[in-house]
Amino acid sequence: MTTLQSQSAAEEAAGGHQLLEVSMGPQHPSTHGVFRMDVALDGETVVRLKPVFGYLHRNHEKIGEKCSYLGSMPYTDRLDYICSLTNNWGYALTVEKLAGLAAPERAEYIRVILAELTRLINHSCLAGFLLQDMGAAGTPLMYAFREREKILDLFESLTGARMMCDYMRFGGCRCDLPPGWIEQARRVVARYPRFLDEFEALLTGNEIVRARTEGVGVLSAQLAVNAGITGPMLRASGVNYDIRKVDRYGVYGRMDFRVPMGERGDTFDRYMIRILEMRESLKILEQALRDLPGGPILDPKAKLRNLRPKAGEAYGRIEGPKGELGFYVISDGGPNPYRYRIRPPSLINLTILEDMCLGGTIADAVVILGSVDIVLGEVDR
Amino acid sequence: MQSLEQLKARLEAAVPGVRAEIVPNGSPAGQPSLLLDNGHARAAAEFLRDDAELRLDYCSNATGVDWPETTVKEKVKVKKVVDGAEKEVEEVRERKRGGYLEAVYHLYSMARKEGPVIIRLRTENRGDRVALPSLTPVWRSCEFQEREIFDLYGVVFQGHPDLRRILMWPEFRDYPMRKDYVEPDDYEYEPTPHDEVLERARRHYAGGPAA
Repeated sequence: MTTLQSQSAAEEAAGGHQLLEVSMGPQHPSTHGVFRMDVALDGETVVRLKPVFGYLHRNHEKIGEKCSYLGSMPYTDRLDYICSLTNNWGYALTVEKLAGLAAPERAEYIRVILAELTRLINHSCLAGFLLQDMGAAGTPLMYAFREREKILDLFESLTGARMMCDYMRFGGCRCDLPPGWIEQARRVVARYPRFLDEFEALLTGNEIVRARTEGVGVLSAQLAVNAGITGPMLRASGVNYDIRKVDRYGVYGRMDFRVPMGERGDTFDRYMIRILEMRESLKILEQALRDLPGGPILDPKAKLRNLRPKAGEAYGRIEGPKGELGFYVISDGGPNPYRYRIRPPSLINLTILEDMCLGGTIADAVVILGSVDIVLGEVDR
Repeated sequence: MQSLEQLKARLEAAVPGVRAEIVPNGSPAGQPSLLLDNGHARAAAEFLRDDAELRLDYCSNATGVDWPETTVKEKVKVKKVVDGAEKEVEEVRERKRGGYLEAVYHLYSMARKEGPVIIRLRTENRGDRVALPSLTPVWRSCEFQEREIFDLYGVVFQGHPDLRRILMWPEFRDYPMRKDYVEPDDYEYEPTPHDEVLERARRHYAGGPAA
C-alpha cells in the first residue's frame, strides 16, 4: 500500500521514531464539508498531509453532457453553493462566447452588481469561518451571517431563491429588477462599511488572531503562480493578477477600483486581502448602482431553448470570489454540449495545501485550510 | 500577443523535431489550439513557459476529452465530366477516424497578462496505448487535474509524481467520463414507482436471490 510505504519513508526522515497518523475528516467541523486530510504527525508537527476528496462527486460534467445547454444552468448553482450567481455568470459567459451572443448593457451592469454582492457574502463568511476555526466560536460567524442575510433578501426578491438563484441566461438575465430593489441595494451597500469597521475593530488587531495567523502557512509568489493558485490567495502572495482587470469582461473596464495585494503570503495576508477586497467591491457596487442604464435585459436574438451553437469550443473564465472560475465547452452542433468542463478554483487552490502545512503544527493546518477557502460542492463536482 | 502561426514557427525553431499542428476552432470564440506530438511535448511546454516573449507561466485548465471511433463526413470538390463539359462538383465522402483520448491545456501568462494559448496532446487509441507525457513537472497546477483525467478518462500520465484516482474510490474499475461508459444497473435498486427503475431492478435480480 502506498500509505504504508510513504509512512515508513516519513518515519525515516523523522529520525526513526514512530509517527502518528491522523485521518482528519470527512466528518470534522474544521474541514468545511466532507473533506479529509490524511496527516502524519511527529509530535505535533505535520510531516505529511494528503488531501482526500470525492465524497460529493456526482459527475456534474457528465450530467452536463446529457443536459441541454440551458439545462445545466440551475446545476451550476450547486457547484459553489455560497456563490451561485458568479457560477451562473461563468457558464453564461462561456456559452455566449461559444454561440457568439452578447448581453445588453443593462444586463451586464446587473451581473456586475450581483457578482460583487456575492463576493461580499463569500468573503464575509470566509472571515467568519476562519475565525470559527481559530476558536472564536460563534460570534464572528454570526455577525457575518447577519450581513449575509440582508444580501440574500435582495437575491430572494430578485430571483425567488436565496442561494440557488439560477438567474443568468445566455445573452442576458432572466427577469428585470423589481420596483424598489435598487434603493434597497443602495441601503445595504451604504451600511456595509459599518459592519466591516466593526468586524475589523474586533478582529484585525486582535492579539490572538495575529499570533495564530502571522507567518503561518507562507506561500511564495513563484510557487503560487506555478501551481495555478488564483483569486485572493494568489494576490495575498503579492502577484497582481485579477481577471476583472486582465480580461475586463462585463463592464469591469468602466469601473474604478484597485486590486489589493499582500506582502508575505501568510494566513494573515489572506485574511486581510479579503477584507480589503470587500471595500473595493463596495466601490464597484456604488458605481454600478449609480450608472445602471435602462433598456432590455435579454438579447432578443438569444435563443434559450434548443440552443445549438456551431461546432467548436470555447473557454471562458471569470474572477469568482474564490479564484478563477473557468468553463470549457465543446459543441458538436447538437442540442447538448459534447464536453462540459468546469475549472474549479477550490480544487486547484488545494494543490499546495501540503506545501503550506509541512513543518507547522496540526492546529496551524486547520487555520491554513480555512484560509484557502474551499467549498466541497465545487472541489468534487 | 503573437498569432498562433508565429508561435508555432518559433516553437519549431526552438525545439528541434517537434511536430506541431494548428487545430482550427469553428466557434465565434476564435480560440484555435496547437496539437503537439507526445515525444516533444515536455520540451515544448518548457519552451512555452520559459521563453521571454511568451512567459506562459500559468496553466489554468487541464482537461480530457474522449473522441471515440467515428466516421467523418467531408465535402470534397471533384472535377467531373457532366454532359460533356468538365465541372466542379461537391461530393460527400466518408472517412473512418480512429478513436483517441485528448488532453487539453489552457495556458496564460501572468507575467505578461496574455493568453490563452491552448495545447492538445492525443493518445494513439482508447485501448492499450493511452499514455501521455505529464506536464506536472512544468506546471504544478496540472497535478490534481491530470489525476482527474486519469481517474475519469483513463489517460496514463508518464512522469506524474502521484498518479492515483482522485474523485472515484481506488477500487473503482471503469472510466466514467468516457462516451461509451455504461452505468451500473444496480445502484438504485430500491423499488420506486418508476417503470424504468422497476424494469432495471427486475433485470438485475433475474436468476439471483429473491428480490
